[in-house]
Amino acid sequence: MAPVLSSIIQLYGRRGWLWLAVFATVIFVVIPVLRMVVPSENPLYLSDYYVLLIGKIMCYGMVALAMDLIWGYAGILSLGHGLFFALGGYAMGMYLMREIGNEGQYRSFLPDFMVFLDWKDFPWYWAGTEYFSLAVLKILLVPGLLAFAFGWFAFRSRIKGVYFSIITQALTFAFMLLFFRNNTGFGGNNGFTDFKRILGFSLAHPGTRVSVFVVTGMFLILTLLLCRYVVTSKFGRVLAAIRDAESRTMFSGYNTRDYKLFVWTLSAVLCGIAGALYVPQVGIINPSEMSPANSIEIAIWVAVGGRGTLVGALAGAGIVNGAKSYFTMAWPDFWSYFLGALFVVVTVFLPQGVMGWIRSETK
Amino acid sequence: MKAAAIELDSGIESAVTADVAAPVKIDASHGVILYVEGVTVSFDGFRALNDLSFAIDTGELRCVIGPNGAGKTTMMDVITGKTRPDAGTVFLGQTIDLTKRTEYEIARLGVGRKFQKPSVFENHSVFENLELAMKGPKGVWDTLFHRRNSAEEDRIDAMLKQIHLKERMRDPAGLLSHGQKQWLEIGMLLMQEPQVLLLDEPAAGMSDEETERTAELFLSLEGKHSLVVVEHDMAFVASLARKVTVLHEGSVLVEGSMETVQNDERVIEVYLGR
Repeated sequence: MAPVLSSIIQLYGRRGWLWLAVFATVIFVVIPVLRMVVPSENPLYLSDYYVLLIGKIMCYGMVALAMDLIWGYAGILSLGHGLFFALGGYAMGMYLMREIGNEGQYRSFLPDFMVFLDWKDFPWYWAGTEYFSLAVLKILLVPGLLAFAFGWFAFRSRIKGVYFSIITQALTFAFMLLFFRNNTGFGGNNGFTDFKRILGFSLAHPGTRVSVFVVTGMFLILTLLLCRYVVTSKFGRVLAAIRDAESRTMFSGYNTRDYKLFVWTLSAVLCGIAGALYVPQVGIINPSEMSPANSIEIAIWVAVGGRGTLVGALAGAGIVNGAKSYFTMAWPDFWSYFLGALFVVVTVFLPQGVMGWIRSETK
Repeated sequence: MKAAAIELDSGIESAVTADVAAPVKIDASHGVILYVEGVTVSFDGFRALNDLSFAIDTGELRCVIGPNGAGKTTMMDVITGKTRPDAGTVFLGQTIDLTKRTEYEIARLGVGRKFQKPSVFENHSVFENLELAMKGPKGVWDTLFHRRNSAEEDRIDAMLKQIHLKERMRDPAGLLSHGQKQWLEIGMLLMQEPQVLLLDEPAAGMSDEETERTAELFLSLEGKHSLVVVEHDMAFVASLARKVTVLHEGSVLVEGSMETVQNDERVIEVYLGR
């Protein structure tokens, strides 16, 4: 136990842990208090809107960490990570649909979209979806197994660089088309929505919402520490070696395919967890999460924040999504221009992203 | 001062003992470590290697020379598993057929390769470069839960001294000079404790003094490792003064001492006729 503890403590220096403690206090204490305890007339009162916004950004932050792990450290640019996020979300969504019970529009034991399609019973692959434990298993296994299978073939065939990126893009696009079909059995283009409760607790209740928020915060911190452990281990140094000089790494005796496959699968699983935490907060999951544009946006978060820093990925997810929620309210027509401009500005003026810029300024 | 610098640090020998559990034993009972037999490689009809055969003795230092396009680099690609031959076999010892192995397996079996262009991990520190190359368990779980120990640090430290990069150990390898990178890469190879070292133009881009020191280093490794040095630099080859193999159009033209080779009619024609 002691070596494990000491290797956890070594993940960050004193300042790093201090920042993490501040962050944890805000997420676990300040925000829940401002939402639940402070009366709504008080100017400090935090509305559901902000709890949801921050909760969403924390999920995106997990995705950004997963992306940085493979792109920043292993040099593998995925343009299909939205797929793994969505699959985790759908796995959770299936469970949440079952939790609705017969309180849907049609008062049937079936989800509304199935009644609408005139289905009489659940298709076989909905078996067991009423159990939360099985949902958890699926949240981990579905993105993980898909990524493993895809990666096994792609890395074995030594597909690299832009070719790999394009194939991941095609993969998420193909799944989007599949999920758009009503007959696929996942609600077609409407996806899943109108969730009522999770683990028996009403999702309309602020306490439930704040609980999901706090759990998300916990997973975000765990993901950060896990990624930090991976990249600071010898494994992480091998990853960066593969990124910079793959053939040298192979000729040094490393099976680079195994390394890429491991980190690729881990990254997909982290995305799945993020998706599963996202769905109960926003209350909807549909195939648009699998659109190629969504996956590209993930890469932009990481590029903006700074690749290969982890913290930068978090910052990037926060900056871009914070700006997005502001812009889509204030000037909804200009959001995509702003996103494009942001990407250009960062690429030209801050090639190392915001983190790289901060580091060069503080040096 | 030079001689002292080159001398293998005796500290290395003692520190090496930790986990050297080779998965497959190399059977060099006949005194030969590497056999290349009838290897042919074609690229789009062009025969880069044409029924190439030669053998390297255990502990031998062999120089391979030849004009551009003679197949020197392709030969290394075949031995290290990067290129699969159309015909022929490459045996490490009596029993291991390298043409059926992948790059990383061949590296783990004890064949180290230095590229023509210095190939080091530019963003890693000099220390980390040596650490990554060091012989030991190299699987995913091994590195994920690896903790650096003092035996490893001593070993790396000894190598840093041997390749004269002790003061630069914390610097990213990308900041080293060309010659220093060549030395670092040689150091990385030695960290793998290879049976066979394949060195593609190791003296390229080095100053005269560095070249001289490199030659001394190789001579000091002779006997402990088998070395195959591919070079263009005739002076360097002459300073090693060992058996020379001349490649031409994908096969062996002449093999013998430097003197024999230099006086051979065909070699003169091949080199001067172009």
